[in-house]
Amino acid sequence: MINFLDITKETCPMTFVKVKLQLAKMEKGQTLEVILNEGEPLNNVPASCEEQGYKVLSTEAVGDGKHRLMIEK
Amino acid sequence: MSKKKDLTIVCFSGDFDKVVAAFTMATGAAATNRKVTMFFTFWGLNVLKKEQGRKFLGQGVLAKVFNFLMGGGNKLPLSRLNFAGASPGLMTSMMKKHNVATLPELIEAAHALGIRMLACEMALHILELERSDLIEEVEDVVGVATFLNESEDGHIIFV
Repeated sequence: MINFLDITKETCPMTFVKVKLQLAKMEKGQTLEVILNEGEPLNNVPASCEEQGYKVLSTEAVGDGKHRLMIEK
Repeated sequence: MSKKKDLTIVCFSGDFDKVVAAFTMATGAAATNRKVTMFFTFWGLNVLKKEQGRKFLGQGVLAKVFNFLMGGGNKLPLSRLNFAGASPGLMTSMMKKHNVATLPELIEAAHALGIRMLACEMALHILELERSDLIEEVEDVVGVATFLNESEDGHIIFV
């Protein structure tokens, strides 16, 4: 099952907050797909997830300054 | 990976804008893997009152008047351009318009992130407030020694 979160309309600090809380709800091994904006979210959300021991599987641009981030808990 | 420093925010101010700044830093820090404690004292305690509006809390006349005038979370004034209390409402609508989290949303997020919210024992005493006058999210009522012990090796921000 893939969990999905679009944080492109969120601003700091809820970008980080929503990702963190969503990951906390998930089981180990599950995947989270996050759509985020370039700049602050793209620079810091993946790094913050890795620090917590989660695995960043991929990041890819999906156009319009948005990126898709795949994280495995 | 170096261990991140803990963060303690002293919420002395009960001004709407400063409280929003404090909760923004707190939730941002907690969401990026820092242990965060918020220590509320004096005007900052207004944020934690169960009673969001104005209510005569406490026993003595002075405490009652003070608590009534200070009010709760819905009555926090803007530190500048308050316009007799109209501005916080206007500011909240501007925040919503720009998808910025409102104060109640930030407080809810702080709780969900496990941020420790502590209330100052001395200030509660002066204002004749009881633990039961504060929201459930408040973890404990402590003194300055506890606050100092907990923030020994971390950053302290005074708001």
